[in-house]
Amino acid sequence: MFSKILIANRGEIACRVIRTARRLGVTTVAVYSDADAASLHVAMADEAVHIGASPVGESYLRGDRIIAAAKQTGAEAIHPGYGFLSENPDFVDQVTAAGLVFIGPSADSIRAMGLKDAAKRLMEKAGVPVVPGYHGEAQDIVLLTTKAREIGYPVLIKARAGGGGKGMRRVDDPDDFSEALSGARREAKAAFGDDRVLVEKYVDKPRHIEVQVFGDNFGNAVHLFERDCSAQRRHQKVIEEAPAPGMTPALRKAMTEAAVKAAKAIKYSGAGTIEFIVDASQGLKADRFWFMEMNTRLQVEHPVTEMVTGIDLVEWQLRVASGEKLPKAQDGITLSGHAFEARLYAEDATNGFLPAIGTLHHLRFPETAPAGSAMRIETGVREGDAISPYYDPMIAKLVVHGNNRAAALSALEAALADTEIAGSVTNTAFLAALAADADFAAGDVDTGLIGRKQDALTAVPAPGDEVIATAALAAANVAEHRDPSDPWSSLVGYAHFHAGARNIALKSGEHVIMARVTARADGGFDVATDHGVHSLRAGGGKRLARWPDHVTVFSGATGYSFGVPDPLAKADDAGAGAGSLRAPMPGLVKVVRSGPGEVVVKGQPLLILEAMKMEHTIAAPHDGTIAEIAAEGAQVTDGTILVRFVEADT
Amino acid sequence: MPVIQSSISTSSESFRTNAERMQSLVADISDKAALVQRGGSEEARARHTARGKLLPRGRLAQLLDTGSPFLEIGQFAAWDMYDDAISAAGMIAGIGRVEGREVMVVVNDATVKGGTYYPLTVKKHLRAQEIALQNKLPCVYLVDSGGANLPNQDEVFPDREHFGRIFYNQANMSAAGIPQIACVMGSCTAGGAYVPAMADESIMVRKQATIFLGGPPLVKAATGEDVSAEELGGADLHTRESGVADHYALDDEHALAICRRIVRNLNRKKEIGLDLRASVAPLHDPREIHGIVPADLRQPYDVREVIARIVDGSELDEFKQNYGTTLVTGFAHIHGMPVGIIANNGVLFSESAVKGAHFIELCCQRKIPLVFLQNITGFMVGKKYEAGGIAKDGAKLVTAVATAQVPKVTMIIGGSFGAGNYGMCGRAYSPRFLWMWPNARISVMGGEQAAMVLALVRRENIERKGGTWSAKEEAEFKRPTLEKYEREGHPLYSSARLWDDGIIDPARSREVLALSLSAALNAPIDDTKFGVFRM
Repeated sequence: MFSKILIANRGEIACRVIRTARRLGVTTVAVYSDADAASLHVAMADEAVHIGASPVGESYLRGDRIIAAAKQTGAEAIHPGYGFLSENPDFVDQVTAAGLVFIGPSADSIRAMGLKDAAKRLMEKAGVPVVPGYHGEAQDIVLLTTKAREIGYPVLIKARAGGGGKGMRRVDDPDDFSEALSGARREAKAAFGDDRVLVEKYVDKPRHIEVQVFGDNFGNAVHLFERDCSAQRRHQKVIEEAPAPGMTPALRKAMTEAAVKAAKAIKYSGAGTIEFIVDASQGLKADRFWFMEMNTRLQVEHPVTEMVTGIDLVEWQLRVASGEKLPKAQDGITLSGHAFEARLYAEDATNGFLPAIGTLHHLRFPETAPAGSAMRIETGVREGDAISPYYDPMIAKLVVHGNNRAAALSALEAALADTEIAGSVTNTAFLAALAADADFAAGDVDTGLIGRKQDALTAVPAPGDEVIATAALAAANVAEHRDPSDPWSSLVGYAHFHAGARNIALKSGEHVIMARVTARADGGFDVATDHGVHSLRAGGGKRLARWPDHVTVFSGATGYSFGVPDPLAKADDAGAGAGSLRAPMPGLVKVVRSGPGEVVVKGQPLLILEAMKMEHTIAAPHDGTIAEIAAEGAQVTDGTILVRFVEADT
Repeated sequence: MPVIQSSISTSSESFRTNAERMQSLVADISDKAALVQRGGSEEARARHTARGKLLPRGRLAQLLDTGSPFLEIGQFAAWDMYDDAISAAGMIAGIGRVEGREVMVVVNDATVKGGTYYPLTVKKHLRAQEIALQNKLPCVYLVDSGGANLPNQDEVFPDREHFGRIFYNQANMSAAGIPQIACVMGSCTAGGAYVPAMADESIMVRKQATIFLGGPPLVKAATGEDVSAEELGGADLHTRESGVADHYALDDEHALAICRRIVRNLNRKKEIGLDLRASVAPLHDPREIHGIVPADLRQPYDVREVIARIVDGSELDEFKQNYGTTLVTGFAHIHGMPVGIIANNGVLFSESAVKGAHFIELCCQRKIPLVFLQNITGFMVGKKYEAGGIAKDGAKLVTAVATAQVPKVTMIIGGSFGAGNYGMCGRAYSPRFLWMWPNARISVMGGEQAAMVLALVRRENIERKGGTWSAKEEAEFKRPTLEKYEREGHPLYSSARLWDDGIIDPARSREVLALSLSAALNAPIDDTKFGVFRM
């Protein structure tokens, strides 16, 4: 076993690798970018090395710096995690050339599986079923059209170098083929710098089922059963599970044998995943699955396999990479119970799943799994950490295990309902809606399920009146701690006869909701909304989070966030909105950079004032529209109005 | 500590009758309070809010910490005194918490006659300042007033306790380190302009607030100059050019947020030098007070039943329990604060007066605040008592009460007549706060006695001239006096004139006393130097 390894990654996977390494007594070295200097993986590692600026191209993709960091710290091996450099054969070569061990497959294995059509040919040769399709070099449109007809519509056009759904088009009608082809080529070119495509049969009611394989340097290869990742949104996995629901012994046998065959065909060493597409239109049949691609790394969703097999895949990676044999033979690997993984993202499900950023001002995961189940929260962030625009906006993976699928699913639902995140929008409610979906619950999932039901799954019910009242009371900023020996603290809301009511404005998008908060003699509060009066207590066991200028009330897995504008902040941006910008001293207006009617943003230079032989840039103190601006060459005294803004509506 | 044993039966007929009566009195005051709290007319309030201004009570709520108690003073000021209903004298005043500190807040109500100062408005403003000064409470003035009420100028402008005194107080409180903060949210004309000008720190709301010594009409009359109010004294002018005000606010909400920020930065800490205990609720429900107090003021009852429903754990350590028994004195705690209780339990005799004076000496020596529960028809009269020197002993009590430097809080729970009012720390003896129950009566003597005295004199006159006076005639003669005393002795009559700080629900006496005492503890307790006690 290694004594020290470097983890060339960030976030939850870096943390996850560190945990296993630590358990095995292996010292860890983290690498980090500017944005990650204070992040969890850096805090957890024994050592950490700064490798560059925040953009991935200047840090996590800089193989040279990562190798240098490994050399500098005396690490013997590099764990690449997933993404970034994990499937870059050139990096593997560089690592090896530097005398270090790459914890993963050989560069050759990665190359063999890197180009999809080549991989398919290889698999075909090895006797692994592949989707009917054209994977040839020739790319002229006539040929591709002919091939598409031969394969039979509907067909799928895919980028040869692709992944993640980029450069992918489904074509149902031959008339649409040429247009779809040019679109796919454009995207492929933009995403991968390679516009070559392949054409495949489009599978009806497809399921994405993948097999976890593991090989060692002694020619051994085993499988660790399958995972079902059919719950996808635009090829992004959402909830994964193991085993696949409705899996038959015959199909499992066929698929796992094919997967092991595939791994052996390329002398695969380390953790890998063979992805298959399965036609579920007539149930799961042993002759209706085809090889899609092989992922030559640890998958994001590997924990569900760990949950059902009890095997730590990272431990196996370290052992195999350090030259050990596979810890278990095939017959020693068993499947027990059922596991789910839900990927919690900072993204706006109601708004086309736009990635979001923000500070996680409030972050609470369930502390314990429901009785009879197990749970793992894989995360790389803590409360107060930021989701930055530089990296994948994943917050955490909720992984649960139950004795059977129903138990695991109910544990997943409970875990999601107990998750509280405020500071950024998240997909928690969407995940919960999916987990509660009748088809999903029945295991009747195909890769189109989410797309078909997206509107229903992402619909957020309007906040209930009780939620609004709870938010209003939280926004009123009532002290939760009452000092019983201080009557001014404990005699809440005392008034001789009638306590005063305080207006609270909550912003929900552009909409303003008003509520009135009145203290009751018993120390509670009456919160009147448009629809009724709610008697609440401050604190009162409500699930809520207060964060700068906001309050979030949690109802099940849904977090309702309301803006609570700080009147003092309002001043900052409206500022002299009322008003105007005056010369700070006598001088000459040298340059005017803006004109009446122009919309300017805070900080934008508007004019240059020459005074006391110095040039002073006068910048917009706030966003606004210029009504009037001083003329170039004008001599002004101090206090002269230089710029007048159009009055904001108030 | 000995717990007061209550002998009240809440199921008794008299308890029920008493409770019903007291509850109807409380309900009456409560209804009137609701009326007063509305402020000006519907129309005036609509006009006010149409300008984007918050109503005065809305401003107050926005200024205070949510859930803060509000110890309002002068709620019924000017009640039934002027031709128009001048609700609360056109001003809300009281103590509330801002950023965790007790602050005296004075809010002009522009919906009541433009927030102009009637005589009672001036008196209320000065009373609020007096409370602030005595208890060292920062003052926040939410200004929205047209200044002195011109038709009443002779009663508001020239005298010592008139308009000018407001600014005198501001200057002297500022000198004493008591922060003065003005938030101008509307007009602030003429003399009123000195409220923000004399403040330590001031805020103006744009397009609402104006400060000038002479408004546009006056300027036009004086110099012919045409000028808008905004140009003459708007927030823009005063925060950018004249420096009359310090902070520029966009609207009420913003202004009040700035106000809170100013209070946050005052750097004041409440130091309480008393031996505080954990607060313990009374063993007996304070609401039972309603059923304890007899409908007839003259009907005696044991005041300990009331004390048992006010003090922590209903515990009272009595002092001189067996001496001068018409005055109950003893040590207790209210919300953990040590207090000396002085409560009437009958007419004052020499012994009770001397006992009271002695007890006040103890409290002053030990720096224990005093609570007076006043229900007193007066000192005992008669040859025996005059000869026994009751005037001398009464004077001892009055001297002690007058010169005691510990915080004194008076609650009139029944009658407040004659010199008893003085001995039991009436208004003239500067209790920090003086509260009244709705059943209380206050006058130089009881209406019955006054009518009797007048009738006696009258009868003597008639009979000396050989005339006769029938019982019917006598009753007829006494009626106006009885009516006058009933009207003028009523708590609303007293509250309207600010003889007290407010009428409260007896069931909430404990809360009112706790808040009053705690507010008073913002000022350090000085040593007492008593006057000469006539021996």
